[in-house]
Amino acid sequence: MPGAIWVHGETNAEGGLARISTEVATLGRALADAAGLDLVGVVIAADPGAAATELARFVPRVLAVTEPATADHAAASIVGQRLAALAQREQPRLVVTGAGPEGRDMAGVLSALLGWGVLANATAASWADGGPIVEMSVFGGKLNTTSAFTGQRGIVTVRPNVVTAEAAERPGQVEAATIEGELRLPLVKVVDRVEEAGAAAPIEEAKVIVAGGRGMGGAEGFKLVQELADQLGGAVGATRAAVDSGWINYSQQIGQTGKIVKPQLYLALGISGAIQHKVGMQTAESIVAVNRDADAPIAEYADLIVVGDLFEVVPALLAQLRARSA
Amino acid sequence: MHIVVLVKPVPDPAAGGERLGPDGRLDRRATPAVVNANDEYALEAALKLVTAHGGEVTIVSMAPPTAPETMRKALAMGAQRGVLITDDALPGACTLSTARVLAGALKDLEFDLVLAGADTSDGGSGVVAPGIAALLGLPYLSYAARIEPSPDAGTVRVHRIAPAGFEVLEAPMPALVVCTQALGEPRYPSLKGIMAARSRELTTRGLADTGVPAAEAGGQAATTAVVGSAAPPPRPPTRVIRGSADEAAREVVDFLAQRRVI
Repeated sequence: MPGAIWVHGETNAEGGLARISTEVATLGRALADAAGLDLVGVVIAADPGAAATELARFVPRVLAVTEPATADHAAASIVGQRLAALAQREQPRLVVTGAGPEGRDMAGVLSALLGWGVLANATAASWADGGPIVEMSVFGGKLNTTSAFTGQRGIVTVRPNVVTAEAAERPGQVEAATIEGELRLPLVKVVDRVEEAGAAAPIEEAKVIVAGGRGMGGAEGFKLVQELADQLGGAVGATRAAVDSGWINYSQQIGQTGKIVKPQLYLALGISGAIQHKVGMQTAESIVAVNRDADAPIAEYADLIVVGDLFEVVPALLAQLRARSA
Repeated sequence: MHIVVLVKPVPDPAAGGERLGPDGRLDRRATPAVVNANDEYALEAALKLVTAHGGEVTIVSMAPPTAPETMRKALAMGAQRGVLITDDALPGACTLSTARVLAGALKDLEFDLVLAGADTSDGGSGVVAPGIAALLGLPYLSYAARIEPSPDAGTVRVHRIAPAGFEVLEAPMPALVVCTQALGEPRYPSLKGIMAARSRELTTRGLADTGVPAAEAGGQAATTAVVGSAAPPPRPPTRVIRGSADEAAREVVDFLAQRRVI
């Protein structure tokens, strides 16, 4: 197994496989096929069984490592330590993980412990000249770069929604694996888990995002955003102005100091689309805007802009969508 | 409480014009620098904490020699002193190098908390802070929406943003906390703050001072390299729709159907 490509399977809140990991596994498989290398999935969790079984739909071999400490402690540095120990033993060529909060935290720990570099926020990857070539979108989408590792080994984090997850032709095998040794990094206790009303799936994973800005006028206005998102099976997003005004949670913020998203559809309501917001959403496949101001910055990069009063246009849109799906 | 805030000068995203030099590295002279927006939230959180609990805030940057200009803005917000790590060997440093250098610089400082921003607007990897925590053996508490230290107990509690709400984390101090915008808007520097910042201590140190061997940090030791770049394909021209709400809605529905979203 030395020289294999590893994909890290993250668990979600229900203990299953996080959606990002299905995308990571699909990208890892394409790299392994191109490179002619083995592909191995690794799940490290208090109860890794369900996530490991799901990951085996994508990769031929999955190592399921039971690590009780993650049950009531912050997981990323524990998983990073265990993965580092396993990697030192088995010497994979590459570890691929998600670029969401868990994947980033884990990749940072892993990088520091192994002394391997990180190519972060991959939007695509290929294999050339004996190593991975990783594409990234930088400077808020102003430039696409391709990067490589200068050494033999490395870690790649993959941005959500850039790969379409596809199961392998045949399901793989799950093996229980153990990693001995003490956890040297300090444990961080999880003393409570609090669910918030209206909290949704991670917005980075949404295929459709309906986002509201200052033009929504208040928390009341955001109900309209929610209604349209529900109708389209999407998630609610927001600008910094809307979040700072307390109309919606920070977890839904898109842009420079919020999330970077790449949905199939981004529907921007009452959003002027200044650079700080643009950097978070401009790589969406389709962008539709509704705005009073035909000269708003978003008019320069949306596919479609409706110039008008969103409090008239959105109800009309809702009515037609409902009639269509009825 | 002594709090260290990691502050990175980044090219001003609003100014545009970021570009790579012929060596594939970010050309940091092409665009004016500003304090990374996420780091301002960390600094604001630190300033509030020392107001509540007493103590001082030190900012630490790894940046080009021109950084003091940007760091003074952070000092003007209320930080007491700054440490700049700058060295001819450091341009082109990868995330691992950066984590090693900042970890090395932190070894010489006394602190109860290290605060960092969630990521930067230039590199945006989000892996440097967890790397520093791992190198220094510090408890790592990330994506904080709230930070509640108990100096007497020597512990800190953090509300960590999770997909369905938040987790309450607790660890002994010293610890490293990654901050988010949910902690509250950064203050504007007052005129008094700007005046005071001029005379605040700003120490400059080289790579050798951090104790990190030259072979393990900087451009020569970079673990990654940019091998190519291209402007993204331009988006197609925007279609502007005016008219009644019903007509406009029909156009949008047609567009969504055409793109197979509905």
